This record gives sequence, C-alpha cells and structure tokens, in this order.
Amino acid sequence: MQLVLDAVAARHPAARAGARAALGPLELRVAAGEQLAVIGPSGAGKTTLLQTMACALRPAQGALRIDGADPWSLPRRALHALRGRLFLAPQVPPLPPRQRVVTAVLAGRLPALGLAASLRSLFYPSDIPAAHAALDRFDLADKLFERVDRLSGGERQRVGLARALLAPARLWLVDEPLSALDPTRAQQAVSTLVDAAREGSRTLVASLHQVDIALAHFPRIVGLRDGRIAFDLPAAEVTRAQLARLYAQHEDEWLGGGAADADAEAPPAPAPPAVMHCR
Amino acid sequence: MTTAAASAPTAAIPSRDPAWRARLGWAVVALVLLWPLLQATEFEPWVLVEPANLRVSAQFLASFVPPAHDRDFLALVARETWRTIAIATAGVTLALLVAAPLALIATRVLSVSAIGSADGRMAALPALARRGARWLLIALRSIPELVWALVFVRVVGLGPTAGVLAIALTYGGMLGKVYAEILESGDTHASTTLLRNGAGRLQAFFHGLLPTSAAELTSYTVYRWECAIRSSVVLGFVGAGGLGQQLEQSMKMFAGGEVATILIVFVVLVALADRVSAGLRRALG
Repeated sequence: MQLVLDAVAARHPAARAGARAALGPLELRVAAGEQLAVIGPSGAGKTTLLQTMACALRPAQGALRIDGADPWSLPRRALHALRGRLFLAPQVPPLPPRQRVVTAVLAGRLPALGLAASLRSLFYPSDIPAAHAALDRFDLADKLFERVDRLSGGERQRVGLARALLAPARLWLVDEPLSALDPTRAQQAVSTLVDAAREGSRTLVASLHQVDIALAHFPRIVGLRDGRIAFDLPAAEVTRAQLARLYAQHEDEWLGGGAADADAEAPPAPAPPAVMHCR
Repeated sequence: MTTAAASAPTAAIPSRDPAWRARLGWAVVALVLLWPLLQATEFEPWVLVEPANLRVSAQFLASFVPPAHDRDFLALVARETWRTIAIATAGVTLALLVAAPLALIATRVLSVSAIGSADGRMAALPALARRGARWLLIALRSIPELVWALVFVRVVGLGPTAGVLAIALTYGGMLGKVYAEILESGDTHASTTLLRNGAGRLQAFFHGLLPTSAAELTSYTVYRWECAIRSSVVLGFVGAGGLGQQLEQSMKMFAGGEVATILIVFVVLVALADRVSAGLRRALG
C-alpha cells in the first residue's frame, strides 16, 4: 500500500482553536512494502502523523493519498472499508481488561468478518489456531485463554501487536510498540513485526523511542521534530550530529534509549510508563 | 495606604462582617419564597399530633403486630409476590428491548462518521438519528408509569398486563438514557481503536465497549429491576395486579397485620435484589 502526504498539516481533535498545528505542513512518500521508522522527541507529532496516515484524523490542510486516491473524498462507507485495510496500533494496548486474550487478538479480524460471525466469535473463538500462531510469534502462546487483566504491561503490549498479524491490513501503523518492553523483548518484538510485515509484503510505519533499535531494524528513518521532518534518510546515513540536533534539549530520551553505544544489550533504560505522550 | 494603616491601626478593625447584611437578606428571601410553597402543599404537620388523629394512627400501627401469618394469607401473599416479581421482570425485559437499540443509536462514541473530524462532529444524518433517539427516550421516561398504567388498564383491562406494559415503556426510556451515559463515560480506548481500524459500530460495541462497561450496565439494570418491584406496588393500587393490589385491599380494611406482612415481603425483595446486584458485579468485575 502506497502513501503520499502532500503538504499535510493536522491538529489534535482536542486542540484549542488558535493553537499551532501539531503536525506539518510536511511532505512524505511511503512506497508499497516499504518499512520506515519515525523517531523524534516527545511531542514531535509522531502519534498525530500515524493517526493522519490511518485516516483516524482528517488533515487540517494538504492532501493525503493512499494508493493514489484521497480517502477523505471517498463516500463514508468506502472510507471505513479502507480503514479496514489499514491497521493502527496505539501505544496503549486497546484491550478491555475482562476480555480473554484469544478474543482480543481475534478482534483484529473484525473488519473482515460480518456482524453475525463476529458475534459468534464472542461465544466460541472463530479461529483459535490463527490466534495461537500470532501469539506464538510474540512468545505468548501460553496466554491464549488468559484474561487480559492478568497480563503484565509488556505482555499486553505484545498482545496488541499480535492483533496486527490477524488484521486484514496492507499497511501497519504502529505507535511506540516497545514502550513497555525490556530491551531483549523489544528486540524480539520489533524483529517479529518487521519479518511479518515483509512476509505479507505489507507496508510498515512505526514510531519508536529507541533510536538504536530503529537504526538496526528499519532501512529508512524519518526524524520528526516540532511537527516537521528534520531528516528522511536511509538508516546507514543517519549521523550522530543529526540525532543530536533532533533530540536537542531532549537528550535523555535519545541517550536513555541506548543509542550512545549501539549495543543491543545496553543496560535497560527504565521502561517509560505506557501513557500517551502525544495524543 | 501602609502609612495610614500603621498610624491608626484601631480604625482599620472592622466592627462587623460585611457579608452579614447580604446573608440576612438572602435568608429572608428564601423564607418568603418558601412560604407560598408550604401554603400550596397544605403543609400542616401539627394535624399529626392532634389527639384524635394520634389515636387513629396508634390503633393502626398497633394492629401491625403480630403480622398476619395464617396459612391462607401466606399462600395468597406468596402467589402475589411471585406475580409481582413476574411483572417487574417481564417489564424490565421488555424495557431492555426498547432501551438497548435506542441507547446504541444515541451513543456518540460509537460514531463512525465522527472519526477524524476536527471537533468530533458527526455527519448530518447520523446526528439527526442520534437526536431523534434522545428525544424518544425523553418522551418515554417523562410520562410516569402510573399514567401509562391508567391508560393500559383501560385498554387491556385490570390485571398484570397493564403493569408490565407501563413499566416497559417508562423504564425503557430511563434505561436507554442511562445506558448511553454509561457507555459514553466509560473507557472508550478499546472501542475507538476498533472503529479506527475499520470495525463496524456494533462490532466495536460488542468487542470493545460492552466488555469494559458490562459490570456497570448490569448493576444499573438490577437496580432498575428493584425499582420496578417497588413501582409495581404503586401500579397495583390502580388495578395492575400483584402485591400492590393486595396491599391496597388490606389498607382499605385497616388490616394492619396483613399490611405488616406485605411490607416485610417488600423489604426482603429489595434486600434480595441488592444481593443479586452485588453478586453479579463481583462476577463481572
């Protein structure tokens, strides 16, 4: 799935009328099957960018084109059908506490199911093997019939990611998928995401706080600061000087993420609590 | 200013609270406004303690002990209790059928057309449907069940059917309004995410919103069931069957013992509803 942002600016739904747009105007092209990471300090507009791409937020200016067409000029029904082919994973895993993991994971399939089938799935899970396989890739196969509120924060986050594997989506927009994971789990989770996206030739856009992981796993890096694109480069060409400028006055977010020595086993930074920083 | 305060500190001490006059004024205004209300309601509590009235009340209350407990009366009370429970349950069940679809239409957080718009506004047609559902809920619950019962007693005749229909309509309005409010005030992160990912309105409800607010919805429904039991008593007075009709007859005949027994049954029923509600909340929470 191919994406073009043409002079797109967007603001928070809750922003005051006179407030500056949280994002843009900016230009961005994502080719079908591409994998890119969006990095930048808190409040840079990463979440707003992903929501705009997911058609969850209408651009205040400019045009978004998905596969060449402007989604917001589609009829409502067609627009919603398009949303079924995009998958936006928010930073806080959107799982009802009393739901079982199997149901929560299978909810990724909802856009592809009819209402009757989705109701039946509440009484008897529609595709237990698929849910099991998706969880297994994130090392959670044993939690299949556990209730969500019995899981740790990191486990919940991985359940939220496993849901992506079941979504009938061609584009994954993943917001801070690693915020509640320890470094080892983070490496594992991001490899799984990247591999699964490649296998299904899906397009993957992820916003990340961990600069070293972004550089190691994603071929293309977009640096976002104050709602604008600071750089858009192949991972190999990103320099320390650029990162220093990107995170100026937010150095702890960058260095705390373990980028100083691109060592995967760097001492674990305290996992940031799973709260929405830039919603 | 500082020099004036320093040179004559005693002059600055206020002799009284400046707010005092206003407070006195408002108190007088409140009393003056209250007086016509007391007049309008013929509020004369001293009639209660007039010797003649006291004697009547005391006799009636004294006849409460012992509560009636002969076999025939207890059998009758048991039958009517069962009928009261049936009226309340059937009424609330029908009310659910009215309330659930209207609440789903009225809930703003399940709107697909509001996704992404800057101020969360819906498209014109869905907004109209939502307003229509709200108005229908208002109309249903603004007419007291007693009025509905009087209407239905005329249509379907004396008996429990009138009570069931009356409870169904009024409670449908109340349940629908409160359901919509519970759904909107709960945690909507799960359902919003499902909607954004292309799930339908009902899918987002059943997979996202219902699991997060099931406990609250259930406990409110059970509370309404408890209210429906009380309400069916009042409806019994206008001939809609159940314990209320029995209570009315006993009252008319000044049979204090029978009244006492029926009142005890009410207390037990309400306590029972309380336990059921607590149990369900624990199971779902």
